[in-house]
Amino acid sequence: MAKGERGPYGLTRRRFLQVMTGLGLLGSWHSLMPAYARPVGGQATALRVTDSGVDLAIARTTIDIGGRVGSALTINGTVPGPLLRFREGEWATLRVTNRLEEMTTLHWHGLRVPQDMDGVAGLSFPGIKPGETFTYRFRPKQNGTYWYHSHQGLQEQLGHYAPLIIEPAAADPVAYDREYIVFLSDWTFEDPEAVLGKLKKQSDYYNFQQRTLGDLLRDAQRYGWRAALQDRAMWGRMRMSPADIADVTGYAYTYLLNGLPPQDNWTALFRPGERVRLRFINGAASTFFNVRIPGLPLTVVQADGQNIQPVTVDEFQIAVAETYDVIVQPQEERAYTLFAEAMDRSGYTRATLAPRLGMSAPIPPLRERPLRTMIDMGMEMEEMDGMAMPGMAMGEEAMGGHAAGEAGMTMGDGAMAPADQGAVSGIPKNEAAMSGGAHAGMPGMEQAGPIVARHGPDTHGPANSTVATVQRNRLSERGAGLEQVEHRVLVYTDLKSLEPNTDLRPPGREIEFHLTGNMETFMWGFDGKKFSEVKEPIFLDYGERVRITLVNDTMMEHPMHLHGMFKEILNGAEPAHRPRKHTISVKPAERLSFDITADAPGNWAFHCHLLYHMEAGMLRVVNVGLPPQEGRP
Amino acid sequence: MKRRPLACRFTLGVLLMLTASVHAQSRPFPLPPKEWPETINDRPTITFLLLDRLEYLSDEKSDARVWDAQGWVGGDWNKFWFKTDGVDVNGHGVEEAEVQALYARLVAPFWFLQAGLRHDAEPTPTRNFAVIGMQGLAPLRFDVEATAFVSEDGDLSARLEAEYDLLFTQRLILQPRFETNFAASEVEDLGIGQGVNDIELGLRLRYEIRRELAPYVGITWQRQLGDTADLARERGEEVESAAFLLGIRAWF
Repeated sequence: MAKGERGPYGLTRRRFLQVMTGLGLLGSWHSLMPAYARPVGGQATALRVTDSGVDLAIARTTIDIGGRVGSALTINGTVPGPLLRFREGEWATLRVTNRLEEMTTLHWHGLRVPQDMDGVAGLSFPGIKPGETFTYRFRPKQNGTYWYHSHQGLQEQLGHYAPLIIEPAAADPVAYDREYIVFLSDWTFEDPEAVLGKLKKQSDYYNFQQRTLGDLLRDAQRYGWRAALQDRAMWGRMRMSPADIADVTGYAYTYLLNGLPPQDNWTALFRPGERVRLRFINGAASTFFNVRIPGLPLTVVQADGQNIQPVTVDEFQIAVAETYDVIVQPQEERAYTLFAEAMDRSGYTRATLAPRLGMSAPIPPLRERPLRTMIDMGMEMEEMDGMAMPGMAMGEEAMGGHAAGEAGMTMGDGAMAPADQGAVSGIPKNEAAMSGGAHAGMPGMEQAGPIVARHGPDTHGPANSTVATVQRNRLSERGAGLEQVEHRVLVYTDLKSLEPNTDLRPPGREIEFHLTGNMETFMWGFDGKKFSEVKEPIFLDYGERVRITLVNDTMMEHPMHLHGMFKEILNGAEPAHRPRKHTISVKPAERLSFDITADAPGNWAFHCHLLYHMEAGMLRVVNVGLPPQEGRP
Repeated sequence: MKRRPLACRFTLGVLLMLTASVHAQSRPFPLPPKEWPETINDRPTITFLLLDRLEYLSDEKSDARVWDAQGWVGGDWNKFWFKTDGVDVNGHGVEEAEVQALYARLVAPFWFLQAGLRHDAEPTPTRNFAVIGMQGLAPLRFDVEATAFVSEDGDLSARLEAEYDLLFTQRLILQPRFETNFAASEVEDLGIGQGVNDIELGLRLRYEIRRELAPYVGITWQRQLGDTADLARERGEEVESAAFLLGIRAWF
């Protein structure tokens, strides 16, 4: 490197040497960052996984994050760990050695592997003890972009994650000239156990975007004192904060892209006119990101590893643990900023797409942080009567009702009686009749999805602080904070799977779960119960087709992840093209359903992928039975 | 209803049995062995210590040092909760000091029910009480402690404390505080009259250097009421006082 030249990750040679010698790592700096994360052009390089096997070592490693030294849990020495490339249908062997002083695991997120290869300690195996090597061997029967990570304790927060790609056995329906992994994550220099402890003691510890007296004055100027005070009183009565968007924020987090903070400017090279495939993975512990590349439309071709019918947008929100593959086709010989903003707008990370290294484009400012609304609280109309502030009132009209019939859960055979709901109908209530026209045109209101159910009398006990009295189908709604953005934003109803689903049987039964939490004590669970308070798994018969309905009684999104089986989301698409997802974000006060085919015997984790919610109890076990034994009557 | 022929009923029965046996063929997958570790640990034991008020008060005639701390050890549902507060006026040594040791149980989303013992080390002679109370977050986000006490002599009393956080900025926070004491019976030796004893209003403006550490300045106003005020007047004491204060709030 010449003097003053920008080296890897945008460091100058001088700074680079400082960092390296400071860490005593000069000469082995390659181990700091994975090969695919280096800002060089060309295709991503990776470890190819075949049946002869690859070796992965989990160890505690000192890494440099934005000039500060942190202690990470690494896979083969880097954050993220190495990109693994599998081939669909070909056996793969991975020997994983634990060089930590505590037990660890590797879980293949979204991969349909045999249950004893799933890598969840306590469900699929006893974990990998210090010094031990565990050999994973399986044959991927799917293809696409996925990731892998520790499923033990809070290890994932410390960098214990990495991307993986399964190349399709047949021709890839997605055409592209080059590809890059864009691995988003959140890093903290704090001990994750301490983070959880702080959340248990003061759940808004990390929120430095709360509403102040100044906000009250501004609201009063804009909407009048009566409305402003009414709004405060309403949130106060519920003992909730509308500014509660994320548990852990930019106060503690450095947001990373391929392991690098924004100032390091990870760069992806392209030649004008090329089709560039960006494989986005949200490997964050606790952060949803809003992703956009100003100047470039994003054609989404895959979600959660499953090809979808291409849909072009300008921005998308990626929930924790989701993946989206996007095609961009930059025509100009210039730099573009890839901007990934934390959903609560407390920070961002970025990369640059450029024809040459060392280029950059303007970085957009962070937008104003979003606020929760009364829709997020699942409030009844009467409770909101007289409200005249944005975010206080509710939708003016039902959203045309697409997908409402499904979300209303009127099952064909009529065998399923949802356990916990007052009035359910397949037809959304006409809200226009229930709210005055005075609120028409208010920001955030016009996109509210239709009401599909109301909550029953069970409030799920002391471990749950609110219920979604009014439950909506929100699949056509944009993610929090994107309601007003004046360009195309991806929503779940845009997703239609490319390859048709194979099991089109109607479900034989429906199981309803409520996602619950107590914000003050930071307890999270299903139906008011933490994992440890539930005695039995959810039993499914082998081969049965079952509909699972989730109702989010809390005011936060929960990215719900099911191991072992894909969820076919009832998003209004025709059944054969319902998107198959491993993770779906359930919005506040939302009611959504998905069908699964219970074809994978085993004990499978079903949990919120916000790491601190999972560890605080938001996990259940799904037990899929063994197939009938042959030769028996 | 017309009775079905026996043969038909028999066939139906066999069919039902067959269906049942087919169903039984899908056996649950074996549950994980008990000796495997738990998938998550959602029952951590947490220790919390809050030094809510460590403050120095001063008015025209006197000064005082006050402490008010509490904390807990336990899980989400059940905690051991302790509280202590006291005052040292004019540096003459501790004038009032109490300690409470309580069992607390989460009984509603925002509320802990507390029960246990209170010991007043000062003034002497020392006194002991049984305690029952509720602590939590009331609607409109008031932090509330409502506690009833029965002394070893059978005297019933109660205390209500409420605090509210008003954010000027993310770190500069004004905290109005209200406290009142009530006694069902007079304890003349201690100057406690029947009925409402006193009310105390405070305003504390703190700056959170970190969430855990906040110095503050404030004012406090206190007034004795009713019989308690009469008892104080009889002894030639003031029944009303106001003071400036400086303090620190910290938690771990």
